[in-house]
Amino acid sequence: MALLEIANLTVDFATATGSLRAVDGIDLEIDEGEIVAIVGESGSGKSVGMLALMGLLPWTSTVSADRMFFDGQDLLRMNNRERRKIIGKDISMIFQEPMTSLNPCLTVGYQITEVLSHHFGGKRRNYNDRAIELLKQVGIAAAESRLNSYPHQLSGGMCQRVMIAMMIACQPKLLIADEPTTALDVTIQAQILDLLIELQKIHRMALILITHDMSVVAETAERVVVLYAGQQVEQQNVRELFNKPRHPYSEALLNALPERAQGNLLNAIPGVVPGQTDRPQGCLFSPRCSYVKEICIQESPIAKDEILCHFPLKPSKSNKSIAIDMGSQ
Amino acid sequence: MPQLLIKATDLHKHYGIKSGYLQASKKLKALAGVGFDLFEGQTLAVVGESGCGKSTLARLLTMVEKPTSGQLIVDGVDITKAQTNTTKKQLRKTVQMVFQDPFGSLNPRQKIGHILQEPLVINTKLNSLERRQKVLEIMDIVGLRSEHFQRYPHMFSGGQRQRVAIARALILKPKIVVLDEPVSALDVSIQAQVINLLIELQKEFGLAYIFISHDLSVVQHIADKILVMYLGKPVEQGPIDVIFNDPKHPYTQALLSATPSTNINKKRKRIKLTGEMPSPINPPTGCAFNPRCQHAHNSCKVSEPIMQTYGNSQVACLALNEKRI
Repeated sequence: MALLEIANLTVDFATATGSLRAVDGIDLEIDEGEIVAIVGESGSGKSVGMLALMGLLPWTSTVSADRMFFDGQDLLRMNNRERRKIIGKDISMIFQEPMTSLNPCLTVGYQITEVLSHHFGGKRRNYNDRAIELLKQVGIAAAESRLNSYPHQLSGGMCQRVMIAMMIACQPKLLIADEPTTALDVTIQAQILDLLIELQKIHRMALILITHDMSVVAETAERVVVLYAGQQVEQQNVRELFNKPRHPYSEALLNALPERAQGNLLNAIPGVVPGQTDRPQGCLFSPRCSYVKEICIQESPIAKDEILCHFPLKPSKSNKSIAIDMGSQ
Repeated sequence: MPQLLIKATDLHKHYGIKSGYLQASKKLKALAGVGFDLFEGQTLAVVGESGCGKSTLARLLTMVEKPTSGQLIVDGVDITKAQTNTTKKQLRKTVQMVFQDPFGSLNPRQKIGHILQEPLVINTKLNSLERRQKVLEIMDIVGLRSEHFQRYPHMFSGGQRQRVAIARALILKPKIVVLDEPVSALDVSIQAQVINLLIELQKEFGLAYIFISHDLSVVQHIADKILVMYLGKPVEQGPIDVIFNDPKHPYTQALLSATPSTNINKKRKRIKLTGEMPSPINPPTGCAFNPRCQHAHNSCKVSEPIMQTYGNSQVACLALNEKRI
């Protein structure tokens, strides 16, 4: 049985101007030890979907799903108290901004030991050795002395390492990383991604990587879920997706990358992601789609083989662009 | 023959840091010995990790701050020498800047029309009708519609806001535009639109760009020349093809290999950089890169490398100089 099973997850927000559907039918199944990437542009619902899973959304939101099971437990039927026993222990999440997601008033050591004492009971100080071990594991030099430092004394990369140490403290079965490297430099990004993959292998965790960076996806993930305006438009094996995307949006997104440009100009996607007020009637991508037909404008497509499109691209047809490897020496 | 617009030689910028009442102030060398030429219609990319002095360089070029030493000639005028206020004002019109965050760089309480008119109010003697005309003209060029004139920034998406910021930079007809991470806050599909716009504008007006970025795939696409910096010092510079195909400095090599590639069919060998960039207040002796460099030798810890020419590129590396790599 899959570790995480989500079917038709939908999140609505009550706003001053009416209801806003941020997530519209995500289906996701994740097995133990698997790396799945969720990609999409801002506003595509990738973070909100995962926050809904964690139960971290504000009261203005309404979360509904046909099924939401984690490790055999039904998350939908659970009350907050029960859910908090799982959150942070079996499912944990790393956020985008390492500097703002740590508490600036508490030492790094306090924040790590707090997690452990909360979930396993006992005094915080009993877990000091474990905290040092964790900091060493995530590659922080002089871990003993770092235990007493405050987040402002650490660099962005170090803060992200501390966050990771905190999140793997209880050896979670599922780790959700929400844009873990977006705020970091490329060399540090490479270090953090390597670290995440390494830890994922050691602990046999399942890893959900939320990102908008296609190159990070290409280098780390095994399976990819592509979201557009809250809808899940494609779910594919990473190799398949990069070689032959089936949904026009995935194809356009990949072709917009500078590495895949032919000639001087990039293959930009015209227009913008629809907002609350300008949602089109039929397929949400239809105003920007280059393959648009009459039916796309009138009717919403129904997902077939994990692809939400009236006319999915043929696997062979879209295999025209081959990435030029810019980084090779 | 294209016109030489910027000639920078051995630019330094030091900041004093007060550490205590009786202690002598320390020096932070934000920029130490940067030099380059930039011609009309060219794009120079400045890359490096945060803290390497990219933004300090932008501040010097836009004349927000004065260099501590070195020579900076912009459009034929040496701005490191004393100049009259009128020449300075004239010169500021020729260099304009686009900032990284399109949400923070536009005044939320001003309409787009007002934001775009402001440079004209300050720098020209046009009346309001002529100003409006000019603003509508530039809005059309960057792909904004005329009804956007009366709108506020919050009514726009990130990509459109960046178009407004570009329009504001171009309205005084500058020759040089400093782009400080202009697309890093934008989504991939919007990023492509803005990059295309920048390329088209450059072709049309013969603009020279200083393109500050950390995204090497964008840099490779847009730039003609590249300047790689580490801790305030240039480590390698040269034409874009040369640097990308044959990076010589160990840092450039590591930077290029750390950039993830979207080519799924080819796994690359990655040069692993350990540690982080040291603090510029307390830089390591010798070559600034030596604590993280895999080719570091004893000599690297003692003497500082100088820029030397190898083929088409210039590299500052002792290991290369001593033919160790």
